[in-house]
Amino acid sequence: MSVLVIAEHDSSQLSPGTLNTVTAASKIGGDVDVLIAGSGCGEIAAQCAKIAGVGRVLHADSATYANEITENTAALVKSQVENYSHVMAPASTFGKALIPYAAALCDVQAISDISEVVSEDTFVRPIYAGNALQTVQSTDQIKMLTVRTTAFELADAESGSAELVTIDDAGATDWVEFVEQNLSQSERPELTSAKVVVSGGRGMQNGENFAMLEKLADQLGGAVGASRAAVDAGFVPNDYQVGQTGKVVAPDMYLAVGISGAIQHLAGMKDSKVIVAINNDEEAPIFQVSDYGWNEDLFVAVPALQAELENN
Amino acid sequence: MKILVPVKRVIDANIRVRVKADNTGVETANVKMAMNPFCEIAVEEALRLKEAGNAEEVIVVCAGAEKSAETIRTGLAMGADRGVHVATDDRLEPLVIAKIIKAVAEKEGTDLIVLGKQSIDDDNNQTGQMLAAIMGRPLGSYISKIESSNGGFAITREIDAGLESLKITSPAVVTADLRLNEPRYASLPNIMKAKKKPIDVMSPADLGVEVNNRLNILRVDEPPAREAGIMVSSASELVDKLKNEAKVI
Repeated sequence: MSVLVIAEHDSSQLSPGTLNTVTAASKIGGDVDVLIAGSGCGEIAAQCAKIAGVGRVLHADSATYANEITENTAALVKSQVENYSHVMAPASTFGKALIPYAAALCDVQAISDISEVVSEDTFVRPIYAGNALQTVQSTDQIKMLTVRTTAFELADAESGSAELVTIDDAGATDWVEFVEQNLSQSERPELTSAKVVVSGGRGMQNGENFAMLEKLADQLGGAVGASRAAVDAGFVPNDYQVGQTGKVVAPDMYLAVGISGAIQHLAGMKDSKVIVAINNDEEAPIFQVSDYGWNEDLFVAVPALQAELENN
Repeated sequence: MKILVPVKRVIDANIRVRVKADNTGVETANVKMAMNPFCEIAVEEALRLKEAGNAEEVIVVCAGAEKSAETIRTGLAMGADRGVHVATDDRLEPLVIAKIIKAVAEKEGTDLIVLGKQSIDDDNNQTGQMLAAIMGRPLGSYISKIESSNGGFAITREIDAGLESLKITSPAVVTADLRLNEPRYASLPNIMKAKKKPIDVMSPADLGVEVNNRLNILRVDEPPAREAGIMVSSASELVDKLKNEAKVI
């Protein structure tokens, strides 16, 4: 058994999801290697070599990988796949685009968003927005998987000493031209790995009111998220969305403010350790999954909570 | 330009699914079905490209059992020109579906294939990516915007860190994210008109595609239930609980 984990990074930092994916890979049994593709990302490759349990880091450094063009990274994965029984990546937009594409190039049926490794060929994954858990066995020679990062612990990122191996560029597509990225700038922790997430829904009424949640998140050292309704209404950008089709989070504390709790939203946060809900509708379904519910107007509750935290 | 829109029939998004007592799947008997919401967005975008003068024809394709024809009719009622039904009672995995769509696309000579990014039943999020890979065509995944540009397409993608803009050549495969558009409702006259629009019926074998699934579904279980907790009535009570009981702050 040998597992290849595809590292995710933004050219300056390794994504924490990569560390969760290494933990999932270690549950298969056998060797774990990491593949990192980028341009001028030697430092991140060195960081990958320090992840505990990793045997080798395959590093492709080329302008081809300056941006994460799915076609190019998939071709690189395919060039390495013959040495591996499993290929895994975090179930982020990066991994979710890459793994099925690379799998199809290899005539493999990928398995998405695994939340448990049962054995080398059998995995559990949520379906129907997490309302059912499917146990699925692959009969493909190579297993290609994306990993629900919140379901696995972070691997130790300091104690490893993997061998660094340089690998060749596998060629660049001329079908795709990178134009630009407009990334959200934030000083707060990244949403999917934050210990505390404060999310707002339609009840926030407008984008300006999210300033309240930002202040609360800062008091708690957390990130700010949102329901689909709040993103669709234009209150906050798309990358705030938590839910079935957005980001999946499982922080120590999830604070849902003015969010009714549609099943599609619950799919993205119900594995949080402690869920707190503030809503003025006592019938809101979010209260059925909350550890602590407060049936109050959020415009009363949030300032009161801020004041209470300040006094503590 | 000819646009192909693959669609899927799924349990209606508003229905709460129930796991079957024998743990072989979820209950689908007598459950309301509908077009997958992301597929509706894909149909809508194809129609808008046609209405803006960028396309001549929109074809809706669905692979699945007999009742999939109803889902194709939904697309025709929204305004698509005609349908293709690849009829089979077999369970279809994304790689097989991608092979079926590829065969239809090659037969039709389509310039653009617009799919939903994922179906809300299996939550796989795979078919569009696989289709682009096996067709050897560029992929625009999770798009929130698409425009014709210099014989290709200018697209904006929703990625975890924000938005990304790419230019891709034609023919291309793109997958629709939530904010690409808001799909229209079919009007009654259009529902009536859709009944007369043609649907070609064929089998996977007619297209030269073998249904060789790779996965065994061993079982399907209910997830562990989360119990409702307690209600608080003040900020001080909440902070006290979070500090001393839950110990999260």
